[in-house]
Amino acid sequence: MTEDDLRRLLARVKDGRLSRRGFVKRMAAVGFTAPMATQLLAVTGAAPAAAQSVPAYRPTRRGGGGALKVLYWQAATLLNPHFASGTTNQDASRVFYEPLAGWASDGTLHPVLAAEVPSIENRGLAEDGRSVTWKLKRGVKWHDGQDFSADDVVFNWEYARNPAVAAVTSGSYRDVNVVKVDDYTVRVEFQQPSPFWADAFVAATGQMIPKHLFKDYAGANARDAPANLRPVGTSAYKFVSFAPGDNLRAELNPNYHMDNRPYFDTLEVKGGGDAVSAARAVMQTGDYDYAWNLAVEDEILKRLEAVGRGKVNIVEGGGIEFVQLNATDPNQEVDGERSSIRTQHPAFRDPVVRQAMSLLIDRNALEQFIYGRGGPATANFLNNPPRFRSPNMRWEFSIQKANEILDAAGWARGRDGIRAKDGVRLKFVYQTSVNAPRQRTQAIYKQAAQRAGIELELKSVTASVFFSSDVANPDTYTKFYADMQMYTTTMPQADPERFMNQYTSWEVSSKANNWQGRNIVRWRSEEYDHIFRESQGELDPVKRAALFIRMNDLVVGSNHVIPLVRRPTVSGSLNNLRHVLSAWDGTFWLLNDWWRET
Amino acid sequence: MLHYLIRRLMIAIPSLLGISVILFTVLALAPGDPFEELATNPAVPPDVRAHLRASLGLDDPIHLRYISWLTAMLRGEWGFSFVSRIPVEQLILQRLPTTVAVIGASQILALAIALPVGVYAATRPYSIFDQIANTLAFVGFSLPTFFTGLLLILLFSIQLDWLPFVFRTSIEATGWRWWWEMVRQSIMPVAVLGLFQGAAWTRFVRSAVLDVVRLDHVTTARSKGLPESRVTMRHVVRNAMIPVVTLVALQMPAVFGGAIVTEQIFRVPGIGSLLISAILANDTPVIMAVTFVFAGLVIFFNLLADVLYGWLDPRISYR
Repeated sequence: MTEDDLRRLLARVKDGRLSRRGFVKRMAAVGFTAPMATQLLAVTGAAPAAAQSVPAYRPTRRGGGGALKVLYWQAATLLNPHFASGTTNQDASRVFYEPLAGWASDGTLHPVLAAEVPSIENRGLAEDGRSVTWKLKRGVKWHDGQDFSADDVVFNWEYARNPAVAAVTSGSYRDVNVVKVDDYTVRVEFQQPSPFWADAFVAATGQMIPKHLFKDYAGANARDAPANLRPVGTSAYKFVSFAPGDNLRAELNPNYHMDNRPYFDTLEVKGGGDAVSAARAVMQTGDYDYAWNLAVEDEILKRLEAVGRGKVNIVEGGGIEFVQLNATDPNQEVDGERSSIRTQHPAFRDPVVRQAMSLLIDRNALEQFIYGRGGPATANFLNNPPRFRSPNMRWEFSIQKANEILDAAGWARGRDGIRAKDGVRLKFVYQTSVNAPRQRTQAIYKQAAQRAGIELELKSVTASVFFSSDVANPDTYTKFYADMQMYTTTMPQADPERFMNQYTSWEVSSKANNWQGRNIVRWRSEEYDHIFRESQGELDPVKRAALFIRMNDLVVGSNHVIPLVRRPTVSGSLNNLRHVLSAWDGTFWLLNDWWRET
Repeated sequence: MLHYLIRRLMIAIPSLLGISVILFTVLALAPGDPFEELATNPAVPPDVRAHLRASLGLDDPIHLRYISWLTAMLRGEWGFSFVSRIPVEQLILQRLPTTVAVIGASQILALAIALPVGVYAATRPYSIFDQIANTLAFVGFSLPTFFTGLLLILLFSIQLDWLPFVFRTSIEATGWRWWWEMVRQSIMPVAVLGLFQGAAWTRFVRSAVLDVVRLDHVTTARSKGLPESRVTMRHVVRNAMIPVVTLVALQMPAVFGGAIVTEQIFRVPGIGSLLISAILANDTPVIMAVTFVFAGLVIFFNLLADVLYGWLDPRISYR
């Protein structure tokens, strides 16, 4: 099905000549999944705006719900969203601060402090893609009674982009311009047409801090601001107390800007400990209502679920565990740099070797025996939201086929059983971070590779070293001084632009950029670069989705990147807790809508 | 005596400096930085990370970083935590009450077990009581705290559902209810630490008492016809306590240092869990401060033990 056909069908849906169900059926016939089809309808305006993306909130009055107790096995250490370097801190800040809009689990935007989500129809989005105008909700008050207005929004932009503040969120703000139109309207202006406009002021990086409390601390003295530890936000819960690395308490905000919300009178977020006992405290003893990020073996979780008190929540996002086959030679030094893009990997430059490597990892075994529900096997690098998922990729595990194609390509087994050709032996260093499931994956891969005459030398590096930006350390994943490596990369927004730029040629990680480039596998393709550039200027959502699917197919088809399993977020909660979760946003993104069924 | 004290204090200064140099170098040589989580998040551009590193001074040479740390320390500034962006002393002070309460209680429990059991066992060596006490003591200090901790949780929290296993600092209740909740949640961590320490001390008290029981002055006291209880209390225990006091004094820094593993298991927000999370996050200022305070306390209590020793045992003189 070509893009023109798609467009014709969509037009017929809009005119009412074709039912939405008929459209979905036709799409399914040519291999598109139903969620992808419905999302295409939604983004092109052919379906009513995502009204069902958030479950219904039933309580009819504010408060009266008692205490909500949440366990995080990693404790929050600070409460300023602009300094929040990890999920825990972003989530803890989110208890008090709200963005203009958040990402719902289906990858659509849900307005919070905005009166509505900008679109072409409501004239929020400029036709040329160069600006987006946000209308703010009126009558919103900070916890201390001051009014929330456009000045606060503009201040957050100034604060985050100021290098002296050293904000973690600066990446979302420094390349845009923000203009106050009136007290309840702001316009975000982009340097070039931007199809992905929902970054500044949205979700975790978009949490609004109050101008009146931070304006004297918007420079190098940012860390002295008293409000860093005593947040005053707009959310449903007000600050009570905070002990960094331990405990966070909040109480109902009687002046919250949404009716009948919140349901709970108090909130406690306890940090520390380990994931297994956190799961027990919720699902076995019921001491807590919700436990975050249960990185626990699925077997244990299933046993705890059998107690009948709590359940495991699995929310699909974009996180993916994958293997990279180095495109450059890690053993050859050029100008003081190994894995330089001026070299080629002696073995992986042969597509047959890469294809064999892809055939040798048993993703089914990974899903069944290691990750369980926390890691469904996948053939795609870009898996979600469903409208971007490619229907073209397949994965296969076949040692026999790997042997056949290697034989055919002239990689003959030596006396030690390891294949070689022209003096190049198929013996690879395979590195990853220290993490039980990863070491088990390495072992599975090694066994299969051995049966195909490929030897894998396993190496594991402590996570805090592997993922550090320490330029002096040779073991970081960005230096990639190994033949292959494996880790999980996450997708923080429901838009793949940031996510897919990690295979463009200008992002190649090298000594010249202090190994800060995001293209770590160092795979380069002119075609990919071209498509990526096209997607950056493509305002038509259908065309854009098609471009990202092509990018996924290119990079996965090259076999330099071997996707293994998707990593949905896994959490535990009591059966009677009604929460709203989303993998595209923090745990507490819609905390005001949490309630308990009695 | 005064001269002795001054001399000891003067020696303490270079040792503290030496300790700080070693700690700092080891931490600086250890790879990694506090921004691990930023690395896998594509929304954070890498140069933001690099800028953060630079703003924390992580890219300066080691000796410059050490000198700036030392001068700040001499001025009484302990530095800022990289991950919390608040002063380190605030972090430590927040954790101190819980640590002192929980670890202190466990040490008291340990003493309350070790003294009577050790003394009684030593006065009746190789009796049934002595053998049972010995066996239990061996079991007690052979089992690591993380193991007994998990056992207690499985038994009292999960099977019987009597005690909570998540330590909460924010108990809403007031008055006696607050105390009751506090005691309930402290029982398991205090018991785990106290029994472990108590087992070791029991062995020590027993052997110290056994050493004294055999001495001539004890025989003399008995031959004078003094009642057995008086002989034990005044002539045996008093003398046997001298080495025990030293041992207990040397253990005191741990009261402030916390217990890393036990605190982690029961989620007790003490100094130990602060230290371990700081180490895992490469939060150098916090690690430096906690370990440095700990080193200072060790030196101080060593000195205190020596002084106490002389006071208890007049045969020792200070020169």
